[in-house]
Amino acid sequence: MRSTYRIRVIGGTSLALAMLLATGCGTTGPGGGDAFQVWALEDAAVNELVEAGIEAYNADSDVPAELVTYVNDSYKQRLQVALGSPNAPDVFFNWGGGNLAQYVDAGQAVDLTGALEDAPEFRDAFLPSVLDVARIDDAYYGVPILGVQPVVLFHNRAVFEEAGIEPPETYDELLDAVDTFQERGVTPVTLPGAQGWTQLMWFSYLVERIGGPDSFQAVVDGEAGAWSDPAIVRAMEMCQELVDRGAFGTNFSSIDYDNGSASALLATGESAMFLMGTWDIARQQQDSPEFMASGDLGYTAFPTVEGGEGEPGAIVGNPSNYFSVNADSGHTDAAVDFLVETFASDEYVDGLIEAGQVPPIEGVEDRLQESEHADFAVFTHQLVSEAPSFTQSWDQALSPSASQALLTNLQLLFLGDITPEEFSQDMEQHL
Amino acid sequence: MRTATPAERPGFAWAAPALLFFGLFGLAPVAVVVYLSLTAWNGLGSPQWVGLDNWRALPGDDDVTRGLGVTLALTALCWATQTPLALAFGTWAAGHQRARAVASAVFFLPLLLSTAAIALIWKALLDPNFGLPSQIGPWIGLPDGNVLGNRSLALYAIVLILLWQFLPFHMLLYQAAARQIPSSLYEAAELDGASPLRRFWHITVPQLRHTIIASSVLILVGSMTYFETVLLLTDGGPGNATRILPLHMYNQGFIAFEMGYASAVAVLLVVIGTGLSLLVVRVTGYARMTSQREGM
Repeated sequence: MRSTYRIRVIGGTSLALAMLLATGCGTTGPGGGDAFQVWALEDAAVNELVEAGIEAYNADSDVPAELVTYVNDSYKQRLQVALGSPNAPDVFFNWGGGNLAQYVDAGQAVDLTGALEDAPEFRDAFLPSVLDVARIDDAYYGVPILGVQPVVLFHNRAVFEEAGIEPPETYDELLDAVDTFQERGVTPVTLPGAQGWTQLMWFSYLVERIGGPDSFQAVVDGEAGAWSDPAIVRAMEMCQELVDRGAFGTNFSSIDYDNGSASALLATGESAMFLMGTWDIARQQQDSPEFMASGDLGYTAFPTVEGGEGEPGAIVGNPSNYFSVNADSGHTDAAVDFLVETFASDEYVDGLIEAGQVPPIEGVEDRLQESEHADFAVFTHQLVSEAPSFTQSWDQALSPSASQALLTNLQLLFLGDITPEEFSQDMEQHL
Repeated sequence: MRTATPAERPGFAWAAPALLFFGLFGLAPVAVVVYLSLTAWNGLGSPQWVGLDNWRALPGDDDVTRGLGVTLALTALCWATQTPLALAFGTWAAGHQRARAVASAVFFLPLLLSTAAIALIWKALLDPNFGLPSQIGPWIGLPDGNVLGNRSLALYAIVLILLWQFLPFHMLLYQAAARQIPSSLYEAAELDGASPLRRFWHITVPQLRHTIIASSVLILVGSMTYFETVLLLTDGGPGNATRILPLHMYNQGFIAFEMGYASAVAVLLVVIGTGLSLLVVRVTGYARMTSQREGM
């Protein structure tokens, strides 16, 4: 009796297993054939441009390129899994800085320094501060492909006019403005504090102004004690100072950027200032067209800090996104040729401008004059081209686990749950 | 009357497909996760064997100890709110009142919505400047509408949303079970002059004992591993006030790419969840599976 049971169990199980295997065997990974794959994020306007670049390249190339796009949310995980597998892309989209450094450390990105030296007109076309973000250990591993997105201080001109004050150019003026708006019942600064990366913008700009780019570099390089740097501690104190002074109102920890409420607060005049990446202008255009039409959206660079060592023109934000070449690709030469031929070409750059972006390319001011938000685009381009350094958002530059801890600690810092010392101590573990 | 002997029961072969699926998608992943918890792996390359390092790091990780506390608090609050309300509404819905069918249908709606949609809708509803709190907040002592950004209110908001979302399911369990209670019991009690409350307490509740236990196990284990609503609503915030253990696991695995460590947290969750359900079943005597029903 028992043995017949066993036979039936084994028989049934193996039959089902065989069926599963049979159905699972039909799939083969992408990347078969002689084309090389370019992986990018889904983005209608930009995908079209890359596609056009690919067509131009394929017209006279032995190895054709092929674009594969992914939605933002799952891209990083997918790339992480694909690299090192037979289904890996040949050219991959990345965020430069620490994100790219991860792949470089794993030996998965091709050193492009030689290729850039062979094509100096291509290399020199890019704004240096943007190209430098793809420089890891003095070698270049990526080519900028998208517009620059520095963080700027937006303000509502009408609200400032009513209060009779000018947008702050220094930290002290900022504090005065905070007091003025508080008295008038206006939230001085919108801060979507439900998300730590918005608080990071304040923190990283203050570090930049007080200590210059060295404080940040020490953190990126993992130097012992980097998080206890006086500039970093002072920046944390200033963040808490701003919170205590009421700069961000009382309910900032509930405000979310993604649902558009933060941008709406600035547009409706309920708040006076908003520190955000330049991408916010597209959101304002979409959600509050009347506000954009009224011309009340003002913008300035982040205020300077008196006595700080940082350069007043230094900026923080998202320099660009980058294309890098997979070191395991069988088509590295073709892939590098494709990058050099395409991403500084007039067609591509014009396309970016038409799509409302500010390309990381030298000498495009005249062409920007004809774009939709010409003044803003020219302001952004000037800001970046004059910047002595462009610090990448820290959460992109640091390792994923360190940036995760950083964003949590920033939230706790702004809530007043931890002191700057506790912040430093905790972050030291993540160096 | 016919008694089934073991020989007449359907052969094990009939269970093979289910066993295979359970093995492949239930047991095998757990085994792989146990293995991964003994490695360091960022998703790139192959996992590096590190022995018990991940496990030794667990007790020292504030996020694990605090996360466990938050998870247990959330589980307790979910059970304490969902069980009595589902019992009350479910028993009520089992009756034959006029508005019953319509009201039950309305109550049932949240169960049809996707969890992600529910979380996003509530997130918009709870916006401090443009949502409900900005209107109602001033009346209830929250002039700035700071709900999701308040350490304790954020947790209560999650409990409330989970209650709203899962009440109908448990209500349905109680409704079905309450309908099976023989009416003769109620008639006898009525003849003896028992008040409706006494009838509920001395007939309905004891008769529903198994349903209460089954529903409680579902709530306890479900809340223990619950995750989507918290991720979308607060992402563990403000700060780390609502960072439950499953969210910490997700963050470690898919944001920080510490797959090995995340696996250790996952195994911990499996152990706690299984232990909790075993405990409930053991303590309540549910395992003995004796029928509570009259004449059966």
